Amino acid sequence: MPAVGSSAGGPLLAVRSLTKLFGSFAACNGIDLEIQPGEIHALLGENGAGKSTLVKMLFGVLAPTSGEIVWKGDSVRIPSPGAARRLGIGMVFQHFSLFEALTVAENIALSLSPGISLSKVAEEASRLSHLYGLPLDPKAHVADLSVGERQRIEIVRALLQNPELIILDEPTSVLTPQEADRLFETLDKLKAEGRSVLYISHRLEEVQRICDRATVLRHGKVTGACDPRKETPASLARMMVGSDVASVSTAGTNTKGDVLLEARHLSVPARTPFAVALKNVCLKVRGGEVLAIAGVAGNGQGELFDALSGEYPAADASAVFIRNKPAGNLGITARRLMGAGFVPEERHGHAAVPSLPLSDNLVLARSQSDRRTFLGGGVLGIIKHAVVRLASRRISETMDVRKSGDDPAAGSLSGGNLQKYIVGRELDRQPAVLIVNQPTWGVDAGAASRIRQALVDLAKSGSAVLVISQDLDEIFEVATEIAVISEGRLSDVYPAHALTRETIGLLMGGMYGKTEGEEVAHAH
Amino acid sequence: MGIVEAILLTVVTAATPLVLASLGELVSERAGVLNLGVEGMMVMGAVLAFAATQATGSPYVGILAGIACGALFSLLFGFLTLTLVANQVATGLALTILGLGISGQIGEPYVGMSGIKLQPIAIPLLSDIPFIGAVLFKQDLIFYLSIALVFGVNWFLFRSRAGLKIRAIGDNHASAHALGIHVIRTRYLAVMFGGACAGLAGAQLSLVYTPQWVENMSAGRGWIALALVVFASWRPWRLLAGGYLFGAVSISQLHAQALGLGIPSQFLSALPYAATVIVLILISHNRRMTLINTPACLGKPFVPDR
Amino acid sequence: MRIELERRANPSLLFSVISPFLALALTVFAGGIMFALLGKDPVSALYSFFIEPLLDIWSLHEIAIKAAPLILIGAGLSVCYRSNNWNIGAEGQFIAGAIAGAIVPVVFHDWHSSLVLPLMLIFGMIGGALYAAIPAFLKAHMNTNEILTSLMLVYIAQLFLDWLVRGPWRSPDAYNFPVSRDFAPEAILPELVSSGRANLGFVFAVVAAVGLWIMMRYTLKGFEITVLGQSERAGRFAGFSSRRMIWFSMLLSGAFAGLAGISEVSGVIGKLQPVISPGYGFTAIIVAFLGRLNPLGIIAAGLFLALTYVGGEAVQLTLGVSDKVTRVFQGLLLFFVLSCDTLIQYKIRLVFSRFRQTTEGGAH
Repeated sequence: MPAVGSSAGGPLLAVRSLTKLFGSFAACNGIDLEIQPGEIHALLGENGAGKSTLVKMLFGVLAPTSGEIVWKGDSVRIPSPGAARRLGIGMVFQHFSLFEALTVAENIALSLSPGISLSKVAEEASRLSHLYGLPLDPKAHVADLSVGERQRIEIVRALLQNPELIILDEPTSVLTPQEADRLFETLDKLKAEGRSVLYISHRLEEVQRICDRATVLRHGKVTGACDPRKETPASLARMMVGSDVASVSTAGTNTKGDVLLEARHLSVPARTPFAVALKNVCLKVRGGEVLAIAGVAGNGQGELFDALSGEYPAADASAVFIRNKPAGNLGITARRLMGAGFVPEERHGHAAVPSLPLSDNLVLARSQSDRRTFLGGGVLGIIKHAVVRLASRRISETMDVRKSGDDPAAGSLSGGNLQKYIVGRELDRQPAVLIVNQPTWGVDAGAASRIRQALVDLAKSGSAVLVISQDLDEIFEVATEIAVISEGRLSDVYPAHALTRETIGLLMGGMYGKTEGEEVAHAH
Repeated sequence: MGIVEAILLTVVTAATPLVLASLGELVSERAGVLNLGVEGMMVMGAVLAFAATQATGSPYVGILAGIACGALFSLLFGFLTLTLVANQVATGLALTILGLGISGQIGEPYVGMSGIKLQPIAIPLLSDIPFIGAVLFKQDLIFYLSIALVFGVNWFLFRSRAGLKIRAIGDNHASAHALGIHVIRTRYLAVMFGGACAGLAGAQLSLVYTPQWVENMSAGRGWIALALVVFASWRPWRLLAGGYLFGAVSISQLHAQALGLGIPSQFLSALPYAATVIVLILISHNRRMTLINTPACLGKPFVPDR
Repeated sequence: MRIELERRANPSLLFSVISPFLALALTVFAGGIMFALLGKDPVSALYSFFIEPLLDIWSLHEIAIKAAPLILIGAGLSVCYRSNNWNIGAEGQFIAGAIAGAIVPVVFHDWHSSLVLPLMLIFGMIGGALYAAIPAFLKAHMNTNEILTSLMLVYIAQLFLDWLVRGPWRSPDAYNFPVSRDFAPEAILPELVSSGRANLGFVFAVVAAVGLWIMMRYTLKGFEITVLGQSERAGRFAGFSSRRMIWFSMLLSGAFAGLAGISEVSGVIGKLQPVISPGYGFTAIIVAFLGRLNPLGIIAAGLFLALTYVGGEAVQLTLGVSDKVTRVFQGLLLFFVLSCDTLIQYKIRLVFSRFRQTTEGGAH
């Protein structure tokens, strides 16, 4: 148990006008923050508000440009994560800092002080993991574990240091609702022991549920400090975003048309040792529908996108139909020519080449679908740069893409602006079918709402839209139908209004209901 | 001494530089650094070891010179790829080209000079064991070092904390950095260890294998060592086995030439290179195995946020 | 003192232009130090290395002769390297091209026709391409590392050529010298102008480089090469096949190296012999990088490295230093080129130890 109780009731940690500059850009600008012993303190803010930069400074990964960190009344310098751990600060990273090729015990040993033998580590890790209800096998390789199990390693690793302050960076973004509930129980136990938690999130509902106090960041500055339970989601959101974010309008009725996209018993074996196999996926999307596929990361979303886009075609032509034509064994170019458009999850190095200008990134997706417009010189395939740049400008204007210069490198745009461009690139050609993987991952609220609105509007204009997303808020905002993917299997498709978060949570855990029965029926 | 013993002795001599050079590269690659400059570091080690031996009359000073030279020369590679994040493939090639050039320049006065051979050290008692004794326990210091290093590196990588850090860095340098492990510093050390081993391998060439200086005397062994690391799937024990397999292949061509089988000598000389290609095909064909074993950050540049 | 890098939002245009020149300047400076260490006057040594060859017609022809294979191979390699295919066996493909092209004048030496030369050139290109097809096939279909296989094939090609000229192709009238028959006059690549030895090979090199430049700059194929080199995944998203690109880039660079090989034996040597290249295939790697993988830059870089060959021979004669100096220069040059290229993507800051206190967290 930690030696709780700091200097005479003062805050455990205080941060005074902490600033971090990257070049001339202030990621954190004069931040003030106080964390009391035994409280769960929320750090709220949008993507890019400076939350991660702040906690990296607290954990010694980044060095502050100016300002002061006060730990139990003493001004301290935290030059390295090791120093942070020695003070009593533990950290659970958002993108886990785990090593896939190593075992659980080795992963834990790496963050402990030298001189503790591996077998000791394994023993202590099992003890702690049971104490806090976080079962782990120390000998297992991380590569074989689920996302939830990986988070447990991170938490146990932090707990082994016996920390007084635990920082959790967006811990629930990768969990099912049920797994998140279990995490909250663990946090309550920690709080009961007198430990403090700094809980970083942009999810207002859970912050209101578990946090005692909240500090809100926007553009690197503190814009509010409050008791989240006394606020409304709307007032918290205003502090986060600075203005009311336009909510996605679903007004007007969607006229349901023909089936434009269909997967029939789509099965794909795992391509690499780390991939998920798709098992007998069936889905139909009509014109006018937005089908959202929910699921926890790493359950076959990327593989489903690859198979539907044709980046990795299936062997069987009749596994996928686009506008009623078999396309299962066709490549991505052929599927684009059939009227489909695609937005992959990863912006840098998949949807776009960061080092190339935006106009080149337009050619990337549309060199064949717009061959007549963009290319000249017959077989030589000469790119008409002037025409492409004009089209690129049009897309930027329509989607309100903010950028420096006329045609900057894609990598120089912020996540939200680049994503608007990438989505706009497909919308610009009015695709009959649009398949989007994680449309607003790591995107600010303004851009996210704009992108979601665009997806809804596309469906209203008669196209079929398939959205793969881990964000349940997003799914309920845009979807007309919902299905859940788990371990490469897809649940039945339900009308969006027929599902609650809890039922989706159960489906995420693999409780399919009648789907299993159907499969059996097919087998016989 | 029987003919089999004599043949085995030559196999050991041919295998030792391969084992040493690839062992160093293995550590460097485990830390995520692909150094294609092994050939250059090896040939630099060879020429400096020869020069130092000539200057002092002691091949032991030559060994030290070879090790030091390899380590220092690899620092050049480290500076470019780790500090300046230059492309590792291109920089490795540059190191090889530069090493071949400089060694030729330094070695010019030594061409044709007869060298001083590193003498074997017989280990009391063990060297009297029939057959094995002559092959394994009446060897030179560099051979003993090579075997000790295989044991040592295996223990270091899989049992020690520093080895765990090296494996962690090779697997995910961003996470290692976030945990406070010094990625760049550790990689510098791993690269220098690789350089030192390549330098020692070079010293073996000019002090034991053919005790003289010949331009480009590494003759592609640095490249074969790189292939051996892949062959061994980054494990020291398999590397030892692979090194001796290749040693046997390169020796068999010499013996075949001596026997006069009527096969043109050039074809026999090409055998080790052809064998390398074939072995590479056999192991890389299993894509799954390669994916699992290759350090995930191999060859990727790392620039920490500050 | 430490060096810290900060990534630029956009690559620096300024440094992408001046980085090769900066590298040249540093190489010349380091070369001066090297000459001083060898006990020679650095100024006069550098003068005879870099300037003197430019002042007489004979050397200019020599430069053109040596630049031709360097440019031709370097341009082909630039396509490989841009698309992330590390063909480092151009030396072997050069030899394979020379051997394949030489089939016509050596095996069919009784056949005299104006078709001989064109046929030789075509055979040369096919030979180089076929030899490059081995690592291409192994990479595309067997997942085998092309760096190691293409390099191993260099040694094999050298040994094969050695066997040919000592064995089946040895000239009957060469008194046991390991050389092939002299090529007949119609098998010799014509000279360009009457003032010296420079031959048509230089024209091939320039035409090929300019052609590639147009392809890289204006066509979808060039775009495909760039995209696949930057990110295979983005290339797949665009509908490009990295497997086809392996074949394309390797066959193209192999064919160029093969053409360089047959041009060399036909235009310069006039027969086959055990060694036909002073390492052109490896030096061309330096040429490709010095030219920043841009075919027009490669023309300039090829001329410069040709100068180092000719200059190296010059100082060998005038100062009595070894011809190894050339290789040292070339190696240094590649190092400096790679170092200076960092400036294009990053800002470099020197951090002195008094700042260490605040920055230690992310330091090394």
